[in-house]
Amino acid sequence: MALLDVKNLTTVFKTAQGKVQAVRDVSFTLDEGEVLGIVGESGSGKSQTMYTIMGLLADNGIIESGEIYFDGEDISPGHFANKKDYDKKMLDIRGNKMAMIFQDPMTFLNPVLKIETQLVEPLLNHTDMTRAQAKQRALELMRLVGIPSPEKRIKQYPFEFSGGMRQRIVIAIALTCNPKLIIADEPTTALDVTIQAQVLELIDNLRKETGAAVIMITHDLGVVAKLCDRVMIMYGGKLVEQGTDKDIFYNPKHPYTSGLLKCIANPEDDSDKPLEPIAGSPPDLLNPPKGCPFVDRCDLAMKVCKDYMPEETSFSDVHKCKCWLNHEYAKKGE
Amino acid sequence: MSEEKTILKVTNLKTYFDVTKGLFSPKQIVKAVDGVSFDVYENETFGLVGESGCGKSTLGRTIVKLYDPVSGTIEFQGKDISSIKGAELKAFRKDMQMIFQDPYASLNPRMTVGEIIKEPMIIHKIYDTDEEREARVVELLKIVGLKPDHIRRYPSEFSGGQRQRIGIARALAVNPKFIVCDEPISALDVSIQAQVINLLKDIQNEMGLSYLFIAHDLSMVKHISDRIGVMYLGHMMELGPSNDVYHRPLHPYTVALLSAIPISDPDIAKAKQRIVLEGEIPSPINPPKGCPFSTRCPKATERCKNEMPQQIQVGNRLVSCFLYEK
Repeated sequence: MALLDVKNLTTVFKTAQGKVQAVRDVSFTLDEGEVLGIVGESGSGKSQTMYTIMGLLADNGIIESGEIYFDGEDISPGHFANKKDYDKKMLDIRGNKMAMIFQDPMTFLNPVLKIETQLVEPLLNHTDMTRAQAKQRALELMRLVGIPSPEKRIKQYPFEFSGGMRQRIVIAIALTCNPKLIIADEPTTALDVTIQAQVLELIDNLRKETGAAVIMITHDLGVVAKLCDRVMIMYGGKLVEQGTDKDIFYNPKHPYTSGLLKCIANPEDDSDKPLEPIAGSPPDLLNPPKGCPFVDRCDLAMKVCKDYMPEETSFSDVHKCKCWLNHEYAKKGE
Repeated sequence: MSEEKTILKVTNLKTYFDVTKGLFSPKQIVKAVDGVSFDVYENETFGLVGESGCGKSTLGRTIVKLYDPVSGTIEFQGKDISSIKGAELKAFRKDMQMIFQDPYASLNPRMTVGEIIKEPMIIHKIYDTDEEREARVVELLKIVGLKPDHIRRYPSEFSGGQRQRIGIARALAVNPKFIVCDEPISALDVSIQAQVINLLKDIQNEMGLSYLFIAHDLSMVKHISDRIGVMYLGHMMELGPSNDVYHRPLHPYTVALLSAIPISDPDIAKAKQRIVLEGEIPSPINPPKGCPFSTRCPKATERCKNEMPQQIQVGNRLVSCFLYEK
């Protein structure tokens, strides 16, 4: 059975201008120990999908429909009698079986608490450990994520650490209770390339050692290619294509996926060929297009794309795409 | 290549900042740019790469005279501009413009797009009447791919990519010869980055501009630049044609930096062996005595720790490393 099973998830945000349809009918599964990359531009709904799953939506966020199963349990908010029960359940799961690594370590860490307090807290909340045992575990974790002289560093405050070291602390906190699932939201975007390489290497090694599944939210296709087994492409709140890393990079089926791959510079290519950008900008989710969200920027758009959302076509067990071009009636070979 | 005309010549440039706190504390100096020399040719894109804190933005800002250097010279079109002031500085700024990283912070939210693009023309008295200026604004909007009726709108009505286009139109308003682009695409989404890069290239071909292109995204820098300079802790470590630097890096830092680029091809990326550097960039307040990279360099010797290597010519490249000394 899958570790995480999400069905028809739809999340909206109530704003003064109307309903922002951030996540629209997203379904996917994740197996144990798997690394899944979620790729999309800002506003594509990739982060909000994960926040919905973790029960971390902002106050104006409403889950309109959807089911979420995690580790054999139904954790969809609709499954619980009231919000209090749901929140209690999620408090029990978050930081325990499901952990999160955020983009900006400085806003995640509490600036007025020592690293020790922040590392020990989840252990005291979720396990029976005594404070002394928890501290031992904290030191062990700091060693695991490669922080030199942990005995000294554990007594320090976040501002005394550099960006890369802070992100290591955040990763150590995520690992405290041996989570089954780690959700990483752009974990390396705020870091320099050499530090990014260190952190990605660390995440890769840790998941091999601990066997945790990882969901990597990112806009950097290079990070995905390096780390992920499977990839999901999101656009305009919709999941438009998913497949293995090789399906997505070598055999993309959705025009947005292939467009995305064409507009990044490949440093291995020395020709002076201009990049092929995708014209236009992403749709406004206050008032998303009736049909395919990509219709206004797609060179291959047909009449049907404007009015009807494409059905899902399967190319293999895991490679699936929502595009009318894959329909049997669509003209082929152009 | 030998008949390339130099438009900008930077020699041994140093920009320091005094960050001393308190009356009785010892003096603390950040050596943001510490003795950098390079040339930029006409109609060329010179890419400047390095990690945050390496001094690449400070160098860019010193060249457009937003900061004053403590020593060294900046020759622009054969004239030393490192200490010019007043009317001379104003005339210089007409030829040298800048595009900023954050398209949200660099446009005045209370001015319309027309006013923003017109302002430099008014300051430099380029046209006599407002009609002429207005006509030029419309022309510029078309060049950068915006619509003429955008002229009465405010920046808040535009997306990040469109705002960056407005910033580019403003820079072009005075017909400059040289533009310093300080991370112009870092704040944009991937599909929009390619739009802006192609626009910058088209404009360069049409108007014969030179760019100093500052960025940390190595793949994009390599794509747009003719030559690349790699900076580390205020020093230029390696400089040469972009393809050569990418495929045959000489300096150990360049080698490590390049191996850290994530390649968007799963087979290559998963097979690629990274040279993962230990540790982090030392503080520029208290830099290492010798080579700035000696604290992290896998090939560092005792000499590297005590002595700063000079820039030496290796083929078509300049490298600051003892490994290449004859």
